[in-house]
Amino acid sequence: MSRLQVVSGKGGTGKTTVAAALALALATEGKRTLLVEVEGRQGIAQLFETEALPYEERKIAVAPGGGEVYALAIDAERALLDYLQMFYKLGGAGRALKKLGAIDFATTIAPGVRDVLLTGKACEAVKRREKHGGHTYDHVVMDAPPTGRITRFLNVNDEVAGLARIGPIHNQAQAVMRVLKSPETAVHLVTLLEEMPVQETADGIAELRAAELPVGRVVVNMVRPHVLDEAAVRAASGDHRDAIARSLASVGVTGGTRLVEPLLDQAAEHARRVELEREQRAVLDGIGVPAYELPFLGDGGDIAGLYRLAKELRKQGVGA
Amino acid sequence: MTEKPTAGTGADTKGRDGAGPDTTGPDTAGLDTAGLDAVPVLELDPLIDDLGTRIIVCCGAGGVGKTTTAAALGVRAAERGRRVVVLTIDPARRLAQSMGIDSLDNTPRKVDGIKGSDGGELHAMMLDMKRTFDEIVEAHAEPERARAILENPFYQSLSAGFAGTQEYMAMEKLGQLRARDEWDLIVVDTPPSRSALDFLDAPKRLGSFLDGKFIKLLMAPAKVGGRAGMKFLNVGMSMMTGTLGKLLGGQFLKDVQTFVAAMDTMFGGFRTRADATYRLLQAPGTAFLVVATPERDALREAAYFVERLAAEEMPLAGLVLNRVHGSGAAGLSAERARAAAENLDEGRMTDRGDGKAGLSGSPATSPELSDLATAAVSSVPEAAPTAEPAAQHPDVDDVDAVTGTDTDTDVRHLTAGLLRLHAERMRVLAREQRTRDRFTALHPEVAVAEVAALPGDVHDLAGLRAIGDRLTAGRMPSA
Repeated sequence: MSRLQVVSGKGGTGKTTVAAALALALATEGKRTLLVEVEGRQGIAQLFETEALPYEERKIAVAPGGGEVYALAIDAERALLDYLQMFYKLGGAGRALKKLGAIDFATTIAPGVRDVLLTGKACEAVKRREKHGGHTYDHVVMDAPPTGRITRFLNVNDEVAGLARIGPIHNQAQAVMRVLKSPETAVHLVTLLEEMPVQETADGIAELRAAELPVGRVVVNMVRPHVLDEAAVRAASGDHRDAIARSLASVGVTGGTRLVEPLLDQAAEHARRVELEREQRAVLDGIGVPAYELPFLGDGGDIAGLYRLAKELRKQGVGA
Repeated sequence: MTEKPTAGTGADTKGRDGAGPDTTGPDTAGLDTAGLDAVPVLELDPLIDDLGTRIIVCCGAGGVGKTTTAAALGVRAAERGRRVVVLTIDPARRLAQSMGIDSLDNTPRKVDGIKGSDGGELHAMMLDMKRTFDEIVEAHAEPERARAILENPFYQSLSAGFAGTQEYMAMEKLGQLRARDEWDLIVVDTPPSRSALDFLDAPKRLGSFLDGKFIKLLMAPAKVGGRAGMKFLNVGMSMMTGTLGKLLGGQFLKDVQTFVAAMDTMFGGFRTRADATYRLLQAPGTAFLVVATPERDALREAAYFVERLAAEEMPLAGLVLNRVHGSGAAGLSAERARAAAENLDEGRMTDRGDGKAGLSGSPATSPELSDLATAAVSSVPEAAPTAEPAAQHPDVDDVDAVTGTDTDTDVRHLTAGLLRLHAERMRVLAREQRTRDRFTALHPEVAVAEVAALPGDVHDLAGLRAIGDRLTAGRMPSA
């Protein structure tokens, strides 16, 4: 599997949860993964129920089978100061620039610099090696910006390499682009079986392909079981109300037809949802990108749920 | 949760541990709505009918239905007689089409099909941030200078939407729409920001940037060159531009400097307008709606927003809670429904003896279960729909009459399915209740409008109208 796994998705589809589960799933025996977040939301810390992550790689979980998951919340400003120090020994000048507002300018206003720094830091982690020569991290999983911005975010280096035509930022941008466009990288899009997220996923994949960024998988998240099939619901909407009421009464549930009506309403809603999901599945099939499927976790993304999703991902081939 | 949580942030642990129906037994799961009853209801019709309401801002996490909420409120307000413009930022294609704005031309377009007798009108537009930026440049610089700016590579990247530009331009557009004074109500959607705070921070950040020493230094060659007293500044600057030049490449820095110099005269205007928009957002005619879904992350983001708006002294109208599930049969608990479904399966297994009981997915039920289920009936409060005396309904005696044939087996199968579906729904209700209790404990003063979940997406005005009805329906009947 690609060493840099970028996880994007429309807001509300659970991309942070999926990214974390993927990091756990990839951390099989003896492996080490790094889970990075780039949007300053501290979503990883909330997910793992730990205090806010500093700008520092620290172990946050041990995966089933013994692998390790490290996490890092990348901060653009700190990353810029790091670079200044690393390449120019500019620690002091960095502080002076910060005082002048230049760092602020570079990380929030100057086009793209922020995104270059964020992707750059992730790529640095991908390439980093230990003294004995092995990679520090077997995989780096990025909780990336949402689908609507992902192509631009990843492709920003191209644009910056064009803007800053020479100099270290130019070189840095090009080096990052080489990693991002190689098979070393896979960009996954998380979606739900709903119209808007599926449409955005289709659009997002078209954009990624146009930018020659490597599309990984579609991750269909929060898949719920179909309790009743359509035929059953159709039958229910027929003349069986009394029979259903009797059937309910036979197991001690009284309330008669007054209870049957809302139950049938719920069944009709369910049937509509099943039908909509079928349509959305067809749309996703049409895109021709392989998918992972993750079940809906009734009680939200607590840690136990995270491990469950990781197990699910391994079952579907992650980390194999 | 019968007592109203005390105000203040200290109520957090209380809401989690002491209050919700989550930790209690099957008798109350999903039924206890006492905590919610303490929450004031957000009445949206009075808000949009009030001619004093001039701006409604919808904010919240990504994917919670901000844009749909803004559009639905726009339609409703127009059909109740207001002259409304809806500013959407990045609408899903079909939502935009539902208002007839599938072209992104940065100008409000009249929406056809608005039914109102009181002269209400709806206009809608999608923000084109590059276009908005270009227009500002064109409007505030003489043609030659404007061209120099528009052709500057740094400007082109900046305006095409790097971090922050969308927020500035949304604010700028809001200011413009307000200044035109053609509408008596502006409904604004906010950009899908990295974090909840970007939208509010945009004007200030722009201001502090423009006031910053850095900008002055970048512009220094043009401004202070030659003045003896500023010599030290020039030294500082050449040191700094030297560093930046190394880092960014000389050409890029030159582009930036050219851009800043060209924009110089416009900066004052930017700052003035950003400040004015910020004050506009604090004014009494503005109402913020924080939009969320009953999910943990969305409500956490909503809580940030509520706190942030208070800190900025911006007027919060309340919380719009989208995709709330209800049930017309909330009196039947998840546990009873599941037990009853298992009983039906068991009965079916006895009838047919064909082993299809595997459908239930659970081990054989114990003989006491039906007794338990029956006992539970009598313990349900009287208000619940199941509290009717059993004698008024087909009762257990009829069972013999309906078993034994395939149709009857099908009905039992179907009924078991209905009960399982209901159990699932009740679990969803209970989970939503828990996440909401947490929010309520933190912010008991925030009024809430609940919007019942729709099975599908909105495609047309009728769909937006339906959302509008749900937005203003008050508390859901049985949630």
